[in-house]
Amino acid sequence: MTNASNGTPAIEFKDVVKRFGDNVVLDKLNFSVAKGDRVTLIGPSGSGKTTILRLLMTLEEANGGLILIDGDPYTHEYKGDKWVDVPEKRRREVRKRVGMVFQQFNLFPNMTVLENIIEAPIHVLGKSKAEAVQRAEELLEQVGMTEKRDFKTNQLSGGQQQRVAIARALAMDPEILLLDEVTSALDPEIVADVLGVLREIARTTDITMLLVTHEMQFARDVSNRVLMFDHGKIIEEADPETMFTNPKHERTQEFLKAVLGG
Amino acid sequence: MNFTWDWEIAWDVLPDLLRGLVITIEATVVGMVIAAILGLLIALAMRAPTRWVRGPLRLVVDFIRMTPLLVQLVFAWLLLVDVPPLVIGFGVLGVHYATYMSEVYRAGIEAVPRGQWEAATALNLPKGRTWRAVVLPQAIRNTLPGLGNYAVSMFKETPYLFAITVVEMYQAAQQYGALTYSYVEPITMVGLLFLIVSYPAALLVRRMETRLA
Amino acid sequence: MSDDLQALIDRLPTLGDAVLVTLEMTLGGAVLAMVVALVLGFGARTRTLWVRGPSRVVIEFFRGTSLVVQIFWLFFVLPQLGFKMEALAVAIVALGLNYGAYAAEVVRGSIESVPTSQWEAATALNLGWFHKVRRVIFPQAWALMIPQLANLLIQLLKGSALAFFITLHDLFWWIDELQRDTRDTFFSYGIGLIIYFVIAYVLTWGMNWLEERAKRRLGRGTRPRLRDVFGLKPGVPSEIARVKGGVA
Repeated sequence: MTNASNGTPAIEFKDVVKRFGDNVVLDKLNFSVAKGDRVTLIGPSGSGKTTILRLLMTLEEANGGLILIDGDPYTHEYKGDKWVDVPEKRRREVRKRVGMVFQQFNLFPNMTVLENIIEAPIHVLGKSKAEAVQRAEELLEQVGMTEKRDFKTNQLSGGQQQRVAIARALAMDPEILLLDEVTSALDPEIVADVLGVLREIARTTDITMLLVTHEMQFARDVSNRVLMFDHGKIIEEADPETMFTNPKHERTQEFLKAVLGG
Repeated sequence: MNFTWDWEIAWDVLPDLLRGLVITIEATVVGMVIAAILGLLIALAMRAPTRWVRGPLRLVVDFIRMTPLLVQLVFAWLLLVDVPPLVIGFGVLGVHYATYMSEVYRAGIEAVPRGQWEAATALNLPKGRTWRAVVLPQAIRNTLPGLGNYAVSMFKETPYLFAITVVEMYQAAQQYGALTYSYVEPITMVGLLFLIVSYPAALLVRRMETRLA
Repeated sequence: MSDDLQALIDRLPTLGDAVLVTLEMTLGGAVLAMVVALVLGFGARTRTLWVRGPSRVVIEFFRGTSLVVQIFWLFFVLPQLGFKMEALAVAIVALGLNYGAYAAEVVRGSIESVPTSQWEAATALNLGWFHKVRRVIFPQAWALMIPQLANLLIQLLKGSALAFFITLHDLFWWIDELQRDTRDTFFSYGIGLIIYFVIAYVLTWGMNWLEERAKRRLGRGTRPRLRDVFGLKPGVPSEIARVKGGVA
């Protein structure tokens, strides 16, 4: 079990609470992720794994607790005794370090593939068009989508769109990449292509990754930590080998049996 | 701005306005009845298999739909000298809005799932019966919100009748103003009266939309 | 009939100016309406009640009071309150406010139809609010809005005929003059209505073209058939009638 012993953790959740109406999804959750960690979150639906990713992308607001990125408060902080919102301006500064790839790709239909990728680097990072295009072309090469550079997004298949989405997220040079079931909406034959791209990225960079996925083989290949969630709490944590071959907790065993088919 | 609202005038003009309101409501009701019936006939006629019926009909419907109601009213009024203006009002409003209603019916009919037609065929129901018992009842339910919306819309367009000497609500205010040179109270009150009637009506229609959705 | 034709030919020179007045009102009103629609449409969506409340009130006010009353109020009542406004300005302002209020609902509804996931993807890329709306959300909402806006544009054109009654020499005025000359109602009004129809047709073409262009930008356009651009889609009044708020 790796510890955030060398330097500030990339991500820290301290007593984070998240409610949806009466449903408490995360109840004082504590965990941390070190720089360069590749963490897979597994567990039944509703256990809170996707919520964690959405909180990290500020798509949801926590109801309590602190989220820190590189030690900096992200969405909330304590001013003395009071628990207050971090103002949007500072959030944006921190959010720059986080990127996300969605299950449904969510490419912008009114822009071409290239335009999707250069949009944020130009307007958020302030890069020049030339710089942004150059980086975009590198990334397109990496994800294998160079010939589709001027295509409209709805002319692409699901797998192709997801690869563009990965390039788009990476174009922002995030320190942390969030992957929310990125292959669940794809045809089985295409899944391997996309996972291949992600494996390459995991291999060639030291970006911190947080994945929610059902692809257990992929999780084994890429991650160094697996966290099993149930009802908003981490019930087990181990490296992939141990987790998948010798889970200790009963719930984990049940879950893995159901997902991996015994 | 040296003006003060004169409640005396407001009180004085109110009976005229209310009398006008009655005419306004009459025109809306009769106009919508005509529009609803004629609109359905047009929608059915537009399903005719031959292009020679559909084409010209489409052209006439578009022509009426896209040209000003106001001009159509004055046109009819000047042409049909012996017909009372209010009746002309009913007629032109009815025909004009029938063109809108025909679209509402068309959409309502198309919204009836194909499966309904197919089930009727499988049961060997004759065409007439299929329409009467299966399709139309469902189609008409779909068209109720549209009907409601256009009724409210027509209510707000009845003031066009002023141009053909019908003393509906607006004209009542206008006449009072012309007589007394006090336009502020009468016209403002007419505006508010329209709001008071049409806003709740519009809310009702929206409620109906969500309930039927 | 030849007398009629002669009278028509005599009146032709003034037709140009009359149509111009009608077009000024229509297009001027449309521009104002679009501005009003954007302001109120977005205003009706903000989270702050102080902006949302008044926006909704203004929208309901201009939708709920009749266009006729609005035009005549500006024409007769404003002067009595001390403000004098040019007749053309009265027409443009009344048309712009009235149809702007309807268009505001169209704007609001279309923006809401853009999937939340698009907002989320834009947030994930750290795009600011204005940027999100301008570059991602609005372009997608625009394609949805156009058919309904086209319908409102035609209604605006039809509403402009009221200007005749506030001393403007628009197309309706020209029709009236022609009718006086020829004493032939059918002829003059017939021709006049045809001219209105032609204007409406051309405006509809324009909007269809805009729609095809917007759809192409979203990668959804096909090479438009001549029928798509020159056809007269009934401006989907049924959608208006069924969309939240609708025509009323």
